[in-house]
Amino acid sequence: MHTTVLILLLLAALAPMGVRVIGKSAGLIIATVSLAITGWYASRFGIVTAGAPILETMSWVPSLGVGVEFLLDGLSLTFALLICGIGGLVLLYTSSYLGDSPGLGRFYATLLTFMASMLGLVLANNLIVMFIFWELTSITSFLLIGFDFHRESARRCAWQALVVTGLGGLCLLAGIILLAIASGGSTGPEFAIRELDPGAILDSPLAGASVILTLIGCFSKSAIVPFHFWLPNAMEAPSPVSALLHSATMVKAGVYLIARLEPTLNEQRFWSDSLVAFGATTMLLGAALATRHVAFKKLLAYSTVSSLGILVMLIGLGAYAAAATYLIAHALFKACLFLVAGTATHIAGTKDTEAIGHLGRSMKISRWSALLGGLSLAGVAPFIGFAGKELTIKSGLNAGGLEAILLAIAIGLAAALTVFASIQVAFKPFFMPGPHKPEHAQEATWPEWLGPIILATLGLVLGLAPFLGMVPLVESFGASLAGAPLADDVTLGLGYLLWPPSIPLGISVLAVVIGIGLFMGRSPYRSLLAKTFAWDRFGPERTYDRLVGTTLASAQVLTNALQNGSLRSYTRIIVLTATACVALATLRIDAVASYLPSFGALTPFDVMLALTIAASAVSATMIRSRLGAIAALSGIGFAIAVYFVLHGAPDLAGTQFAVETLIVIIFVLVTHRLPRFARYTTNLSRSIDIVIALGLGSVVTTLTLLAMGSTVASPVSDFQAAEAVPSAYGRNVINVILVDYRAIDTLGEVFVLAVAAIGVFTLLTIRPSREAEATR
Amino acid sequence: MLIALPVLIPMLGAALCLLFWGRSRPQAVLALASTASMLAASVWILFGVRDGTILTLNFGGWQAPFGITFVADLFGAIMVTLGAIVGLAVMAFSVGASDRLRASSGHYPLSLTLLAAVSGAFLTGDLFNLYVWFELMLLSSFVLLTLGGERGQLEGAIKYVTLNLLSSMLFLMAIGLIYGTVGTLNMADLARRIDDLQDPKLATLLATLLLVSFGIKAGAFPFFFWLPASYHTPPPAVSALFSGLLTKVGVYAIIRVLSLIFDQEWSLLGDVVLVVAGLTMVTGVLGAIVQNDMRRILSFHIVSQIGYMLMGLGIAIGLVGSLGASSPIAVLAMSGAVFYIFHHIIVKANLFLISGAVLITTGSTNLKEVNGLAKSHPFLSMLFLISSMSLAGIPILSGFWAKFVLVRGGLEAGSYTIVLVSLAVSLLTLYSMTKIWTQVFWGEPDDLKSPPLDRRTKAWVYSPIAGMCVLTICIGIGAESSARLALDAAEQLLDSSRYIDAVFDGASAQIGDAP
Repeated sequence: MHTTVLILLLLAALAPMGVRVIGKSAGLIIATVSLAITGWYASRFGIVTAGAPILETMSWVPSLGVGVEFLLDGLSLTFALLICGIGGLVLLYTSSYLGDSPGLGRFYATLLTFMASMLGLVLANNLIVMFIFWELTSITSFLLIGFDFHRESARRCAWQALVVTGLGGLCLLAGIILLAIASGGSTGPEFAIRELDPGAILDSPLAGASVILTLIGCFSKSAIVPFHFWLPNAMEAPSPVSALLHSATMVKAGVYLIARLEPTLNEQRFWSDSLVAFGATTMLLGAALATRHVAFKKLLAYSTVSSLGILVMLIGLGAYAAAATYLIAHALFKACLFLVAGTATHIAGTKDTEAIGHLGRSMKISRWSALLGGLSLAGVAPFIGFAGKELTIKSGLNAGGLEAILLAIAIGLAAALTVFASIQVAFKPFFMPGPHKPEHAQEATWPEWLGPIILATLGLVLGLAPFLGMVPLVESFGASLAGAPLADDVTLGLGYLLWPPSIPLGISVLAVVIGIGLFMGRSPYRSLLAKTFAWDRFGPERTYDRLVGTTLASAQVLTNALQNGSLRSYTRIIVLTATACVALATLRIDAVASYLPSFGALTPFDVMLALTIAASAVSATMIRSRLGAIAALSGIGFAIAVYFVLHGAPDLAGTQFAVETLIVIIFVLVTHRLPRFARYTTNLSRSIDIVIALGLGSVVTTLTLLAMGSTVASPVSDFQAAEAVPSAYGRNVINVILVDYRAIDTLGEVFVLAVAAIGVFTLLTIRPSREAEATR
Repeated sequence: MLIALPVLIPMLGAALCLLFWGRSRPQAVLALASTASMLAASVWILFGVRDGTILTLNFGGWQAPFGITFVADLFGAIMVTLGAIVGLAVMAFSVGASDRLRASSGHYPLSLTLLAAVSGAFLTGDLFNLYVWFELMLLSSFVLLTLGGERGQLEGAIKYVTLNLLSSMLFLMAIGLIYGTVGTLNMADLARRIDDLQDPKLATLLATLLLVSFGIKAGAFPFFFWLPASYHTPPPAVSALFSGLLTKVGVYAIIRVLSLIFDQEWSLLGDVVLVVAGLTMVTGVLGAIVQNDMRRILSFHIVSQIGYMLMGLGIAIGLVGSLGASSPIAVLAMSGAVFYIFHHIIVKANLFLISGAVLITTGSTNLKEVNGLAKSHPFLSMLFLISSMSLAGIPILSGFWAKFVLVRGGLEAGSYTIVLVSLAVSLLTLYSMTKIWTQVFWGEPDDLKSPPLDRRTKAWVYSPIAGMCVLTICIGIGAESSARLALDAAEQLLDSSRYIDAVFDGASAQIGDAP
């Protein structure tokens, strides 16, 4: 199983080169490989459906509890077959559909990467590995929606889809980690899905949060209300993408994960209830919204939203066999219809199903794909879609009580609307008149019609003869969700479904009748629906736009306020924060006063020196001539040197005197030609600065006094002074420290000076050329 | 001697470069040779400390704490190696992308002194020596910023240098107070002696000053102003060097002093760090999403991502502080910080290099002026896509693992708020990375104003970028070795006794005339 994923990735890497070398027929090779992989998975069919899941393990990041463990059971086998099978047909279709596009190589690479990721997603038995593939499908979906990136709308919709699914992805990440923590208890998180402990999760206080977050992730990916809006917008992607990602596989990732976690979480009432509530709402809303549209893909997209809702609802109801049947049926007919819609749009030159008429006269093969696919979508016997719908209604009725009645009505209504939609999309443009009749239209080449007709026929064959693999697959799919073999036999045979007549059958027939009726009266119905467009501004898409808008606006305000370009404001904020932090840290200390040294020991000399230093500091900030300011500054330095003399540190004092003298001389040399300081600030601004400066000054003073009062040990300089002569052979301790004890500091400082010199030199010599300045 | 090489080699290289002032080719050769050998030395050190040994070097043979000690533990060795990687990549990029004037007069030697300073900061075990490296770093970067003397550069540089000098001043003040109180500058010695203070709150007080100073260097909230004001102004190679290394030295210093010295009130400091982390993440990313220039967007993201590094630290020390002992969860969170740093250094520097490639190809990095590179420059676009997705934390790249470890650590530790914030910020990061992608790389290509790059330039510009992309993919796929490294480094960080023991009685290599 690892190999199949790797093969697809390898193929993705080679695809661009392949297309460049052998042209669009590279697609045929790629499609063949994909179908061969489908064959490999089909060959495991017997083993898996017999109830023996296949497990392959590979170590990856054991330190973080992440191993690439692949599990092939009924659930993942179903998905794997759909991904590789439909994927193969779509790849084939693409070789004709996008055959002339310059981006074909890029398209194949991205689509194959997607297929590999999707395959990895459904096979992974480790939550984190699953998540890794999950995110990769989001990214590849983003790149594919924006495939025609010269169109602004494609770019915008791709971005929207990524942000919405990205949001879900992050929630999911948190959700699954919480789930793993809840399951693992004290032994650390448990990331292996099969080892998750339902009991421990049920008891954990983290259960609620993890379920909500996981559901947000799944719902956003599977376009469940209120996240559904990105999916119709994703129809900016080329048709093969819509067929594979946005109907058959990727959007089902959320459904897949819900199914995968079902055995772990089905005892949480909240989990099942949310699935049913959100699923049913989505089902109904999607079906209704679909009927508002006449464009091929928009309509199909909303219909997909509805179907995803059905799947989520069915899992919530515990109707695993129904979910499996509907999932397979939907993948077959929806992929088929999307592919046909793509071809039809190409041939007719418009995507308006109402405008196109009698397209079937030119599309002699594709019209049958459309018809068969449409009938399956409408849920008409004997197609597999019929079985899916019957089981769905039955599961709704099984819920019991009021819930059953509500669900039955909702499902019936959605079914009727879906019948309407399927006539609109699969029958009307092909077999009925319309104003737009393309002249000289011809059927597409074989790679384009072969896939859809296979998918459509499969829908019919499986409906007629479900025992051809369908029943065991559904059973084993159901067993994966139930965590045990299903209690009831799976009844998909037409005989069981049609006889004896039952309530579900009645609802089903009624839905078809209503659907046809709606279609007949579609112009008054549409004008009624047109009024609902006004409600869209309360819808989630506008909410999303508003949310993005508000975030950007407030970000702008905040950034303008903080990063306002004024150095003065930056300095103030930093100094004030520093002052506040130090003040807070000082106030925490109990009995601060006890640490302060006594002032009794001060001599008059000390006081004089202190006053000199203070006076020099103040005048340095006041004097407006540079020379005067330098003189004031040096006053501080010399006073400190005198202080060293008084306290018995002659070598320190000597160094200080030398340094100060040197600094003054250099300063004077450098600055004596410069003009006086200019004053740019207002008095108010200066007063504020004075207050801020005094604030920092006073906390630092307090801090210094505190530090002096809490000295704990003799400094290392005692050793350094003691050893200066015997070990370091130097009499001046300062010199010994500079060139021996801490020589590496000096080396660093030498480089600092050298760099400063380079800086001065380059500032004076290198001027920007006028040209460079102009381009800035 | 080995562990001084990452500092001495670039210093020597810089000095030699000065001999060839005015000639770009010999300087470029010297710079490439120095950074390559610096990388070799760093990797050698990394292998030396891989098993958990901590290498020390007492300069002049003076036994700690009387001289200056260099210490290479796992964290330090990792950082030095990353510095060397970024250095080498930037030097290679400079060969292709630098203009003649800058390349011949100062760009290479100053970049080398900057690298020396960065390595010194990562390796030193002495607080004042750290200050010296900070100074060298500040001055080198300041001169690099002004080199060329364009208006925008000077304006950015003034803000840069003023605010960073403020940081230096606070740092120096803190050193003075710490020495006055505890009487030592050797960090291991400090860690031992500071517990003698009467009240642990006094230690926290001393730490406050230090943390504010390092916070400015790191670009944490509310000290980050200098960064977005200056990073977009110098030539791209210089921005890349800065973006990869400067703030990370600040973060390194915060992690080092908090984990080694100031462990008295970890549960309180952990909370403080988390608050700062959250605010840094949010303000940074909000700044980023409203920018319309690649380099400005990337600069604001640096700020935001500093928050992630602090997040790991905050969770870890907060947890150890409240439990009273180290735990696997704390180690995990700490390793998240380490992992994030090394992921970030590579990816962020690379994104700046890519923006540089965009700049020299199209003449602009403005989102509104550059379009359609995916069509006209597919290879460059792919490199950007990989790096930007890595930055946004998309699997299977390095950024995903960094994010995963942090989020997992945070959730296990019960720090739900910061995890929530970090995830929201992560979404906005994805938003702004795809904003660059949809506007600069998608769309119709413009007619390029600049002439197409010649083959030689292209090779020098693209190869370091491609190399760093391979690195982010490799870290992602080979996540086990990176995770192991980060976990081991984190374990060492949270157990300061190992560092202290290594400095005082560990196997220390000595040079010079020991007394």
